[in-house]
Amino acid sequence: MLNLLWLVPFFPFLGFVLLVSTSGKMPKPWTTMIGAGSIGLAALTTALIAYEFLSQDMTSFQLHLWTWMEAGNFAPGFSLYLDGLALSMLFVITGVGFLIHIYASGYMYDDEDFPRFFTYTNLFVAAMVMLVLADNLVLLFLGWEGVGLCSFLLIGFWYKDPANGLAARKAFVVTRVGDTAFAIGLFLLYKHVGTLDIQEAMIKAKLLWTEDNATASLICALLLGGAVGKSAQLPLQTWLPDAMAGPTPVSALIHAATMVTAGVYLIARNHELFLLSPDMMYAVAVVGVLTLLMSGFTALTQSDLKRVLAYSTISQIGYMFLALGVGAWSSAIFHLMTHAFFKALLFLTAGTIILSLHHEQNIFKMGGLVKRLPLPCILFFIGCLGLIAVPPTSGFWSKEQILNATWESSTGGPLIWLGAVLGAFMTALYTTRMFCIVFLGPSNGDVHEPKGFKFVAPLVVLAFLALVGGVFVETAWQLPLSNVFPGGHAPHPPTVIVVIAIATPFLGIAISYLFYGKRVFSAEKFANSALMKPLKTFFDSGWAMDWFYDLLLVKPYQWLAKINKKDCVNLLPDASSAAAKILHAALSMTQNGQLRLYVGVMGTAALFVIFVVVFL
Amino acid sequence: MLVLWLIVVLFVGGVLAGLAERVHAAASRWVTLATLVVSAILLWPLACAQPQAFESVAGQSGWLAVLQWEWIPRFGITFLLAVDGISVLLIALTIFLGFIALLSAWEEIQTRVGFFYFNFLWTLAGVVGIFAALDLFLFFIFWEIMLIPMFFIIVIWGHEDRYYAALKFFIYTQASSLLLLLSMIALVFLNWQQSGEISFSWFDLLGTKTEGVFGLLLMLGFFVAFLVKLPGVPVHNWLPDAHTQAPTPGSVILAGILLKTGAYGLLRFIVPLFPEAALAFTPYALIIAVVSVLYAAKMAFAQNDMKRLIAYSSISHMGFVTLGVFSWNALALQGTLLQMIAHGLSSAGLFAMAGAIQHRLHTRALSEMGGMWSQAPRMAAIAMFFAIAALGLPGLGNFVGEFLVLLGSFQMHPIAAILAALGMILAPVYALYLLQKSFLGEQSDTFSAHSASLFEFKAREVLMMGLLIFGLILMGFFPRLLTEYSDVALNSLQALGWGP
Repeated sequence: MLNLLWLVPFFPFLGFVLLVSTSGKMPKPWTTMIGAGSIGLAALTTALIAYEFLSQDMTSFQLHLWTWMEAGNFAPGFSLYLDGLALSMLFVITGVGFLIHIYASGYMYDDEDFPRFFTYTNLFVAAMVMLVLADNLVLLFLGWEGVGLCSFLLIGFWYKDPANGLAARKAFVVTRVGDTAFAIGLFLLYKHVGTLDIQEAMIKAKLLWTEDNATASLICALLLGGAVGKSAQLPLQTWLPDAMAGPTPVSALIHAATMVTAGVYLIARNHELFLLSPDMMYAVAVVGVLTLLMSGFTALTQSDLKRVLAYSTISQIGYMFLALGVGAWSSAIFHLMTHAFFKALLFLTAGTIILSLHHEQNIFKMGGLVKRLPLPCILFFIGCLGLIAVPPTSGFWSKEQILNATWESSTGGPLIWLGAVLGAFMTALYTTRMFCIVFLGPSNGDVHEPKGFKFVAPLVVLAFLALVGGVFVETAWQLPLSNVFPGGHAPHPPTVIVVIAIATPFLGIAISYLFYGKRVFSAEKFANSALMKPLKTFFDSGWAMDWFYDLLLVKPYQWLAKINKKDCVNLLPDASSAAAKILHAALSMTQNGQLRLYVGVMGTAALFVIFVVVFL
Repeated sequence: MLVLWLIVVLFVGGVLAGLAERVHAAASRWVTLATLVVSAILLWPLACAQPQAFESVAGQSGWLAVLQWEWIPRFGITFLLAVDGISVLLIALTIFLGFIALLSAWEEIQTRVGFFYFNFLWTLAGVVGIFAALDLFLFFIFWEIMLIPMFFIIVIWGHEDRYYAALKFFIYTQASSLLLLLSMIALVFLNWQQSGEISFSWFDLLGTKTEGVFGLLLMLGFFVAFLVKLPGVPVHNWLPDAHTQAPTPGSVILAGILLKTGAYGLLRFIVPLFPEAALAFTPYALIIAVVSVLYAAKMAFAQNDMKRLIAYSSISHMGFVTLGVFSWNALALQGTLLQMIAHGLSSAGLFAMAGAIQHRLHTRALSEMGGMWSQAPRMAAIAMFFAIAALGLPGLGNFVGEFLVLLGSFQMHPIAAILAALGMILAPVYALYLLQKSFLGEQSDTFSAHSASLFEFKAREVLMMGLLIFGLILMGFFPRLLTEYSDVALNSLQALGWGP
């Protein structure tokens, strides 16, 4: 069975090939069968493989398909590597991916480009599976770029609006900045350890470098560059909010559950390298905590439902980075998984709400939906509980692990912990705000709730997972990560610290409810006060980072392109041709056919020669 | 012997194609097709040959076929054709892109058809000759043979500014040819002084001691000649004009094959013949490489003319060739060769696409395009494919080439490799801009008159693009199909240089 591991990426890829080769001419039910079915088959294969892998208590399994390229001693293979970490990722990608595909087959059904949607998503899942199964970093890079391409294609899915195209290109180019750092990291790693096979490179790195080695730190920094690009962390987070231009199932699949967590996976996969560099571990933790705070503040000011969720995604991935930075590797993956459950649930429910309201995304034009959309309301509520980390929902267990580990870790500490707790407070604030504005208060407009199995079943499953997935993993069944990451004792910070961490979200809920639910205080008055207004504008713009990049990079590059449109190097050949023309004109003047001139010139020259000969 | 036949077939086929027009206008096309089929068949046994030892190239390994005839013994000039894995791959690329260019010419070329195919096949013959000739004098003859028919292709079948473009192309190449010829003769003379034997054979010249300023000057002569052809900044200006004005098959041949003769020259002559001089010159060559990659990528982004944009992207991609050659290790050399072939396929695809669009819209201006996806989804998907191939997406041929070049050059010259890697960021900027302006976005008025059925690709064009797509995917996933050919040859070539 394990030898059939290649089927996991193959099924989605086959789906992609089938959909491309029929170029959208198939009947819609067939398209659904292929598009969602391929992911279902991949999920089924994953389940069977997981059963065998776990029941045999295996540590890892390697499957060499073929040697990809070969030059000198460099011969990376198309080889798959399965261990507990890859398996955990596969659960999320194929499992949650399958649910989202079922939902999408309903959500996208009326779109004229229905087949094209599944073409892209199938390619995406294939690339994402390659990313997590790659046994070497070049193959991982293939998956890495592949998911980036699909992200680009799906953000710009509705291509007729140039704004979507701009968002798509922004996403691709900004992540490519990170990807380039990643690639340079690979070059540097290869230069020193002579291989890009992940397991081999880790072993060699540990032999080659001692702790705090500068080269190891530099490689980690470059890999971190790739990770912050893909996972939308500071300073490359600007693309993700705009990426919400894509269809909502895409936001759930790519920009919440799977692709944006690839950076987390990359660092977890190379954790042995990061362990050599406590400085870079600390940097990862700081990036995480700054990102989660920054996006928490921004989420509080947004008015577009999907953008609130986008900033909350950035913020939650910040928690995962924090977990990585403090060495709580398993907790990072655990949070990745629980986040996939509740965030996919939130996005898909948001999709239902947006469809019900005729593609209205502004939360201030919603309101009072609790009565009119009861089922989505319950589902969204469950998702919010997970996001806020209310016990005993899944988000609680993973976030609590992270906070506890942060307190105790040498690369964390009280200050970082405080930031993370403040972030949890912010999470409670903006989540409650979002829920209250959308579902409570006066209602306006009519609703048309989309109904049917495809719209409900995936959400119910996700809601179930968001509720009990955490407690299940915490008590009954551990994620198969103990063989992958170095074991340590479970952190036990002082009780008061634990209590503060658990209680803070409730405080946030209460305050937010007083503002937006009960309306005891006026949120508008507060936001429009002299002190808060500029701050609000600043947060709302995503801390002016877009403006900053525009000023620093985009505008100068466009200006440079514009002023030199004609290519200044061309002046050289143009000047030489101009010189030739002038010379030509000058010389042709001497042959104008007028006898007078010829005689004059000859006479003068003769006189000159005589003068020279006689007098000098 | 087969190589000679291959060249002869192309020359004779060219003459026949020219004459065939008198029978029927379409006959020239079919004669050209038959000629290409015959040359592909002739290439087959060569591709299957095993490397063996040849008497005339003693001490050199990796050669598949060698043919040496007396020609002008007084000056040590022989008719020397020698083919190794590198040459075979490039000759195969030439023949393959010959088919592609023929398909793109099929309907576009309607005037003076016979003369066009005569020039077409003679250009190909010249290029095959360049890849096979290892007598420097013979190499130079083929170098010139390739140039003149190409000049005619631009000047007769080109677009609005064809005279300017053709003249520029001719002057640039001709001036650099002169430099090449002088350097060749001086090198032979130097070798004559040192060994007492006069010979134009590449194998005999390998041992020439070319240290010092004189060696550096000779190397520069070769380098500049090849850099013009490649082209690299700052001698690239002929290319955007020539490409823009050439007819579609002309652009396909120019980008796909002709540029590769410059790359091949860099690979075959610079480091093996002038190891010391090349080493001394390396920092400057790296600057040229990096500037080419970045500057041309920036220029591509500024263009409104679709073909100009693609032309500048070609210059950017060829910068990696210079980078790879002056890194001269196994990774970089393998990457350089793959980059040459992959770029041949992807740029041919892009130019064929631009040609097809111009054929339908009668404009190349991106500002007049937009939203063509809904008109022609198949065409759009194909354009998307070539754009992402050009920006170096893993899984397609260009990535393998670029990645190996960068990985290899990083081991030798990290700073240059890092700077060139920034091209990875600039490439999507222009490639996706191209896509956005043409196929995505709002529909422009320019083609609202065209009905979808008229606009969409026809079977012939789908075949042409399909072949290129197939090649790029195959290269992306199984580059070893190619590197197995070139491995031995590149290894023995590498041994001639300074690399570790």
